Amino acid sequence: MAVPVSGPGSTEGGALLVLAIVIPVAAALLGFAAGGRRTERIALGALPIGLTVAVLIAAAVPPASAVPLTDGVLTYLLGGWAPPLGVALRADGLSAVMLVIAAVVVCAVGVFARADFAIADGAAETRAPFAFWILLPMIWAGLNTVFLAGDLFTLYVALEILTFAAVPLVCLDGRGETLQAALRYLLFALLGSVLYLAGTVLLYGAYGTLDIVLLSQRVAVAPAPLVAGALMTVGLLAKTALVPLHLWLPPAHAGAPPAGSALLSALVVKGSFFIVVRLWFDVMPGLPSVAATQMLSTLGAAAIVLGSVVALRQERLKLLIAYSTLAQIGYLFLLFGLAFDVDSAAMQKGDALAGGMLQAMSHATAKAAMFMAAGSIYVAMGHDRIAALAGAGRRVPVAVLAFALGGVALAGLPPGGAYLAKELLLGAAARTGQWWWAVVIQAGGAFTGAYLLLVLARVLAPPDRAAAGDVDTHHGRVAWYPQAAALVLAMVSLSLGLVDWSAWLPIPPGARLAASVVDTLAAAVWPVLAGGVLAVLIGRWTTPSGGRLARAVATLGPLRRGGIALGENVCRGDAFLRRWPMAGVSLLALAVAFGAALWTGR
Amino acid sequence: MSEVLVFGLCAAVVAGLGLYGAIVDPRPLRKILGFNLLGSGVFLFFGVVARRGAAAGFPGDPVPQALVITGIVVAFSATALAVTLLLRFFETTGSSSLRDGAAADGARDTAES
Amino acid sequence: MTIVPALDLFVAGVVLVVAVWTVAVRNTSSAVVGFVAYGLLLALVWVRLGAPDVALTEAAIGSGLTGALLIGAAARLRAGESTVAAERPGVPVRLLIAALATVVAAAIAGVLLSLPDPAPTLAPEATANAGATGLGNPITNVLMAFRAMDTMLEKVVLLLAVLGIWSLSPDAAWGGRPHLPHRAEPDAALEFLARVLTPVGVVLGIAVLWVSADHPGGAFQGATILAAMWLLVLMAGLGEVPDIGRRRLRLALVVGPAVFLTIGLGGLVVSGAFLSYPQGFAKPLILAIEFAMILTVATTLGLLVAGPPVAGPPAAGSAAAGSPARRAAP
Repeated sequence: MAVPVSGPGSTEGGALLVLAIVIPVAAALLGFAAGGRRTERIALGALPIGLTVAVLIAAAVPPASAVPLTDGVLTYLLGGWAPPLGVALRADGLSAVMLVIAAVVVCAVGVFARADFAIADGAAETRAPFAFWILLPMIWAGLNTVFLAGDLFTLYVALEILTFAAVPLVCLDGRGETLQAALRYLLFALLGSVLYLAGTVLLYGAYGTLDIVLLSQRVAVAPAPLVAGALMTVGLLAKTALVPLHLWLPPAHAGAPPAGSALLSALVVKGSFFIVVRLWFDVMPGLPSVAATQMLSTLGAAAIVLGSVVALRQERLKLLIAYSTLAQIGYLFLLFGLAFDVDSAAMQKGDALAGGMLQAMSHATAKAAMFMAAGSIYVAMGHDRIAALAGAGRRVPVAVLAFALGGVALAGLPPGGAYLAKELLLGAAARTGQWWWAVVIQAGGAFTGAYLLLVLARVLAPPDRAAAGDVDTHHGRVAWYPQAAALVLAMVSLSLGLVDWSAWLPIPPGARLAASVVDTLAAAVWPVLAGGVLAVLIGRWTTPSGGRLARAVATLGPLRRGGIALGENVCRGDAFLRRWPMAGVSLLALAVAFGAALWTGR
Repeated sequence: MSEVLVFGLCAAVVAGLGLYGAIVDPRPLRKILGFNLLGSGVFLFFGVVARRGAAAGFPGDPVPQALVITGIVVAFSATALAVTLLLRFFETTGSSSLRDGAAADGARDTAES
Repeated sequence: MTIVPALDLFVAGVVLVVAVWTVAVRNTSSAVVGFVAYGLLLALVWVRLGAPDVALTEAAIGSGLTGALLIGAAARLRAGESTVAAERPGVPVRLLIAALATVVAAAIAGVLLSLPDPAPTLAPEATANAGATGLGNPITNVLMAFRAMDTMLEKVVLLLAVLGIWSLSPDAAWGGRPHLPHRAEPDAALEFLARVLTPVGVVLGIAVLWVSADHPGGAFQGATILAAMWLLVLMAGLGEVPDIGRRRLRLALVVGPAVFLTIGLGGLVVSGAFLSYPQGFAKPLILAIEFAMILTVATTLGLLVAGPPVAGPPAAGSAAAGSPARRAAP
């Protein structure tokens, strides 16, 4: 077929990119048509195939991660049509690592979910399992399209696939509160996608293409890309639930069934985050300004503080983990302020971007593990009220271990991926002289340590005799494999720091784990100690009665009261921001502010 | 090409109206209506962009026109999903308010205890 | 001022007035009627913008199907409306939101004035490559060849919406049939809509199918109109939606994207690119896809309006009826 080639053609191995999207789509279609037990089997059967394809893509991506998206990346022209008329799929190092991480998490969730959504042979098809085993491959298809699509409109359709597959997961149990959470999520996410679409329309009007590489060559300072950049960024932030656009996330992520929460927290929010990265680093690397990048990072810092403090005040484990996700999303956005190069006035693909992506990967694996472990704990204890979780460590030891290791990885302890991410981000902060982000980065780790300690102190405590009576009746048995799936993910997260990522991520060669034992120890001890202090001051715990401990607490009295007051005020602020009109004001105000910030950069 | 200017500005105003309606009106169905207005404003703007690109004997650039058709279908399926969700929520709880209910919001439990 | 710009101004003015009414009017049913009228006016604008294909889609889906969906919902939500309406934010907040929305709209309008002249366009490239498919309709070329991936993924979105809606059914109703609320509550607006749309829809449907036969490209719009007719039949109480567990219904829902994927993968093997068509076979293959899609899209659109199943599967042998695996008869 005659093809008007105006860019590079398909590269060898490019067909793998097609398979990464087609396999989950085909699994969903087949599962839908087959029904019953076969829906589950088809979805499970697709998992190893998709994982293999993702690994093959990672192996095939040429080690050229620091270069612009144009050169040397794996490319596939769909239908043989070159952009701007056609649509290209492209995989660079960022796509490759995200594809693999998504595949690993999806596989683990698939194994875990067999406990909740198994369909017995010959039994009648039921609602929730049927929906889940189609939504799982659909979410995967949406994510893979997000990671690979080279066209802004294809990305829009992919975003919609993600949203449409994520929303039904939230309310799979059909309870009123989860229906409300799903409705809020859907309505806010739809606003976000229309704003994103509005931006793509403006870009097409100005440049006559939606292809990312062609746009990166054409975008210059002009009203259209500035307005488009602001609208698209804000729309994507709404879908990522970056504070203050987070009204939908806590109830949605806490209310979904555990397998759903794991997918939503670990992967779905990363989809829109990934497009923000694409937009700022690849579509318009020369457009951002100091003001705009500092704004994004400031929102990230606010998310870390708000999410962490509210997490420390939660009574329920799943809500605590959901608020922890808010904080971790904030962590991801720190990279923008650190990756802006003042001299060239452009986004630079370097240590900050690598650190942010590593953080995203670590959070995806660790958070999925934690939600899955929380699910097992819920089944074993019959509830997830943190104060009454004593004894969980004996009932579901593997799940509790998975939760602990996931938390340790997330808090940035070596050798976790989050530790390496923290090192990279701190290095970027030092290099660019932005010490204030270094403070935020360290605080983020300490906060994570704080809520981890708060939970572990309860679940590792011996069973509470007095409370055992009324709770015992609800105990459920937890099989070994859902716990093992969570444990494997936690271990993956904890070992991400041991891998040499320089083939995929723009890491300066030699940036590995801390060289000396002393550094490593310090890195391990600091978040735990600081976290302990924060947990004691702000956390939700009851004063022990009698003994030396009580006296120690009494001396802390005024500080503790101050900490609680702070915590309550942050909670009130959170409730205020999560009211719909306030979130709407934030959405519009941020759109205007980003437009102005991009404008003043000139 | 007066229609480009006239309908382009019209599209911008409709988008603004849709945004206002989707945010201000507390009734979810009116939010869905606002979302549809906003979406149609964006599509209309795309149509104006297509019209500006009239060339080679076409009355408009066919690429944006095709994308708008895709977009309208996606917006309709979003509307259908949202409406069904809303009806189910209303029938389950007897309310269609998006405000934090006592049971729906853990953060408020926190603030009260 | 000549007559044409004056006409444009008039139409734009009416569109804006109706849009303001839709946002501002107190009663939601009235707002929905306003939205339907707005959609029909918009179809007129699309014709004026040289996009009859979009005009058809807008009239059929943006106005017709969306209107049918929203009118039914407005009637069912009427009971709880006033308490929720009272949650409207105060005047200062409303003014703030209005100001911010105005800034956003003004920014978009400003971009319009700044767009480059002559406008960038892909129309010449689309013409130059039209020969590869042998189709006359440039929009079909974009949907089925140049950007076939988007079209395929959009069908996935449609299927997901159906699944999402079904997943909202009560557990006991799984495998049963959706129930359109016909005759549940006489609604003047709905009746009016049905009366007006039926003759218009039949004429439009025939016209679009006629165009499709001559000039491929109307598959999608034709499907929309067929779906609308199906819905009118259902709403008038002349037919029932099939059980959602039924194998044939499931197949109808996936056959469009499935054929698309299969032919796409065939292109990967035969002509070396996913979603490409072998030389000389483009036209029949695209027609095959469009035929499958007409079935899928019409069924999907109908089911999106019909909503989740409300009644359980037929009582006789209820276990078997709920399991499509048992009734498989390939």
